[in-house]
Amino acid sequence: MTDDLSIDVNGETLVLDASGAAWWPEQATLVFADIHFEKGSSYARRGALLPPYDTRTTLRRMAEAIARRAPRRIVALGDSFHDRDAAERLDDGERAALARLGRGAEWVWITGNHDPAPPSWLGGAIVPEIRLAGLLFRHEPGVFFQPGEIAGHLHPCTTVTRRGRSLRRRCFVSDGRRMVLPAFGAYAGGLDLRDPAIGALFEGAFGAFALGTARVYAVAGRGAFHSMRRKASEESQPNAIAIATVESP
Amino acid sequence: MSAAGTTPSPQPHFADAQCPPLRGGEGDSFLPEAFANWFASRGWSARPHQLALIERAAQGKSVLLVAPTGGGKTLAGFLPSLIELAALPARRPRELHTLYISPLKALAVDVARNLETPVAEMGLGVRIETRTGDTPASRRQRQKTLPPDILLTTPEQLALLIASREAPRLFKNLRAVVLDELHAINNTKRGDLLALGLARLRALAPGHRSVGLSATVADPKPLMEFLAPGTELVRGAAGAQPEISILASDAHVPWSGHLARHAMADVLDAIRRAKTSLVFVNTRAQAELTFQQLWRLNEDNLAIALHHGSLAPAQRRKVESAMTRGNLRAVVCTSTLDLGIDWGAVDNVICIGAPKGAARLVQRIGRANHRLDEPSKALLVPSNRFEVLECEAARDAVMAGELDGDRLRKGGLDVLAQHVLGSACAAPFDADALYAEIASASPYKSLSRDEFDRVLDFVATGGYALKRYDRYARLRRTDEGKWRVAHPRVAQQYRMNVGVIVEDPMIDIRLQSKGRPTGAGGRSLGQLEEYFVEQLVPGDTFTFAGDVLRFEGIREDAAYVTRTRDPEAQVPSYNGGKFPLSTFLAQRVREMVSKPETWDVLPEPVHEWLRIQEWRSIIPKPGQLLVETFPRGAKQYLVCYPFEGRLAHQTLGMLITRRLERLRMRPLGFSANEYALAIWALRDMGGLDMAKLFDEDMLGDDLDAWLAESNLYKRTFRNCAIIAGLIERRFPGREKTGRQVTFSSDLIYDVLREHEPDHILLRATYEDAATGLLDIARLAEMLARVRGRIVTKRLDRVSPLAVPALLEISKEMVAGEAHEDILREAEESLIADAMRI
Repeated sequence: MTDDLSIDVNGETLVLDASGAAWWPEQATLVFADIHFEKGSSYARRGALLPPYDTRTTLRRMAEAIARRAPRRIVALGDSFHDRDAAERLDDGERAALARLGRGAEWVWITGNHDPAPPSWLGGAIVPEIRLAGLLFRHEPGVFFQPGEIAGHLHPCTTVTRRGRSLRRRCFVSDGRRMVLPAFGAYAGGLDLRDPAIGALFEGAFGAFALGTARVYAVAGRGAFHSMRRKASEESQPNAIAIATVESP
Repeated sequence: MSAAGTTPSPQPHFADAQCPPLRGGEGDSFLPEAFANWFASRGWSARPHQLALIERAAQGKSVLLVAPTGGGKTLAGFLPSLIELAALPARRPRELHTLYISPLKALAVDVARNLETPVAEMGLGVRIETRTGDTPASRRQRQKTLPPDILLTTPEQLALLIASREAPRLFKNLRAVVLDELHAINNTKRGDLLALGLARLRALAPGHRSVGLSATVADPKPLMEFLAPGTELVRGAAGAQPEISILASDAHVPWSGHLARHAMADVLDAIRRAKTSLVFVNTRAQAELTFQQLWRLNEDNLAIALHHGSLAPAQRRKVESAMTRGNLRAVVCTSTLDLGIDWGAVDNVICIGAPKGAARLVQRIGRANHRLDEPSKALLVPSNRFEVLECEAARDAVMAGELDGDRLRKGGLDVLAQHVLGSACAAPFDADALYAEIASASPYKSLSRDEFDRVLDFVATGGYALKRYDRYARLRRTDEGKWRVAHPRVAQQYRMNVGVIVEDPMIDIRLQSKGRPTGAGGRSLGQLEEYFVEQLVPGDTFTFAGDVLRFEGIREDAAYVTRTRDPEAQVPSYNGGKFPLSTFLAQRVREMVSKPETWDVLPEPVHEWLRIQEWRSIIPKPGQLLVETFPRGAKQYLVCYPFEGRLAHQTLGMLITRRLERLRMRPLGFSANEYALAIWALRDMGGLDMAKLFDEDMLGDDLDAWLAESNLYKRTFRNCAIIAGLIERRFPGREKTGRQVTFSSDLIYDVLREHEPDHILLRATYEDAATGLLDIARLAEMLARVRGRIVTKRLDRVSPLAVPALLEISKEMVAGEAHEDILREAEESLIADAMRI
């Protein structure tokens, strides 16, 4: 795709896929963050009977990204399952679809705070973090800077305002030395870019890359990207709701 | 015409001593002596409609009383109850006798206060209490076990009461229900909730009678049906004809706009001449601007105040009490003051902008002078040429006694879901019995059993084709096959979410002194919609609470502002009219335009405008839709004049631009106002087959495709999901601070639509949108009406009629909902910025 937006992180070139995955051509590796399978049924358990189809939508979107990139290796950056027994709540069809996904590719399941122990039947490696060439893949961005860190956990989002209309989109965030991926799951929420948890990761300038329908747009950031119109607060999303309880990312 | 014979008989509300006596009517025999004496002691005598209500009550009949403001309507509603209560022994078990429900909390409190006067003066020993969201929890609890004789409350509180375990005992001996301002609540979602509550009351207290109180309406039948089966109609005497004048100078009538700046000196003059004026505007932003402009001219320092729903409650209370004390000369207000509280002193009503409906105009005029015998005075101030037509049409309608009838909505399925859950919270229910009860409520009379079962299924387990949630069910069957709540938490969630009003997310506006760091405390001025605040950058100025304010930034959960000396705000917060033009009034405006012989009454500039239109283009005949095309600058325009209101035009614009895109006309954008729709494109649209372009089949696939991505539609979904109990409301102040991940209802919408497009909640959303934000129903009627009656005119330049629509383009442009464009522009500006040296 000619429209592909790519950025260099610690010397490695990553293509930002409009689905929210990151594609590393050099290593034929596709990276998904915060898939949150079965978040819907997790809410249902607490009384909010959300449509039980989030896993299917997420699986479909993953399958499309995988078909587009044909990876040899797939890395899931943790919080792949919304809670500890989410995997048991998958039905047979979903389990089969997950098993078919990226068949032939090598899977790396990184553990996250929501899924410290993903089920072993998934196949592939289950590890807290993994270093591949110049990049370090882990769930939560470290407090101390590690060059080439690729993480998830924070679910970054940004709001773009133009001509009185505003649009909130998930985004990648990077300063060229480390990167945070947007959450991939169909029901995964978002945390505004302005939140100190994101700002604290970067000492200087950084860019935000928002997901469009078919491509990713470099829209905002800090420092060199000062033209960004700062977003009010997390709650300002027009249709935002807090379901049941506030979720800790 | 004065009431009841020759002697004028003002009985404002029901406790005002300045009324001359009225000759006794024959019906006085219905009035017990104590009551007749009380009337006499005040120099009054009962009105015929008051006696008629006493008579019907004695027969156990339900009644709808339709009477204009100032007819002693509220007292009429309570008299039968007071008479019955007076006849009871003083020592009696504490039981609820009469339940009064008003759409406004403040009105319930006001009526309770007024009711105390006759009760005290006659020494009736009747206990009267109110119950609103402000009532302390301990008293609300006590009211369920030791109720007053008369309880005054709101539809939401009724829903909570019938969902409680004490409901059967509380309502067992209920004798009467009084519904106030019924015309304002019928045919809304709150009306649906109320109708379901009334159906439950009929089951709990089969012997009770109902009284509905309503302002004059075009057709009382729906209200009678709403009230109770077998309801009879009683009409109060008509009040004096109002005196309505229209402010339109022959010198200048603006082409477009909504602010009527040109007329402010005249408005101030009208305020000066009257004792107390209410100045009605249609939106909050208009209220702000009007208030400001009046004060800029107000050299005499007349006491003019501002009142709208976004102001801090304390500030509103201050204005209301100053008004009651008679300390104000005028209040600039929005529809928050359309209803309710009686301010006897108001003798002049000024409506800025068009009234949008004849019934709304009557209602507003009724706010002046609550005395039947004297004409109410009103001044209409049209803010542009089309509004001159609309004001004329509205005045004609009111003088002819014709009012707009509402299109009757079907009861909302989301409201039904809430009620079903509430029913289970009260006690386990039998599905057949509940269905029968619900179908007895008029908004749900056409509800099919299948729809009911799907709603029940939704409440119990989410109603998904994929049966995954049985183990998390909110409702379960008992051994006898009844439905009960599965967990006490479910009832708790119900109580937190009851009600059908879903507010836009709001944010506090705090005023801080200049020079202090942003966020370092400040007085609260009120609340604004988050979507508005979101568009501001520090340094922007806007008007709020009567001042021009400078936006400083957002800290935590509040927006901080400072005062500024700038006389003009940079950011207009005008969002168009809140109320769409009524179908009835639209038709009268169309008729007026189509008949040149009626133009003589119009001010000269408006008259001339239409004459030139006739000469340069076409004046459409009754029933026709005029479509004009012309070039202007580098663009090609298509303008049509359906007169169906902004919402329907906006939907039409969305659908037509999709078609034009397919026809490769390269449409660029459109703007919609109350009267017209203007679309511009790169290619000339004059050669198109307009019958085909405006064909009703646009309501099929095109509509469907647009709904998938429409923000308005997603907002409707969110509201339905909250009312139906799928997701919880956000409560101000309950949000946790700190890092918070929120999760948008849009995500749920996308997933549900992908996998189960026929889900009951999506059906509820569609039905809601069809009559609400998208007004699809009205658009459909219009498209059917103009079939085969479209007249087209190709022009070489803009027509007079098209000018107002074109002038609004810069302000009210809707460039589709092209999300990608926003991202692309943002990226381009970022690049431009980065490349600047």
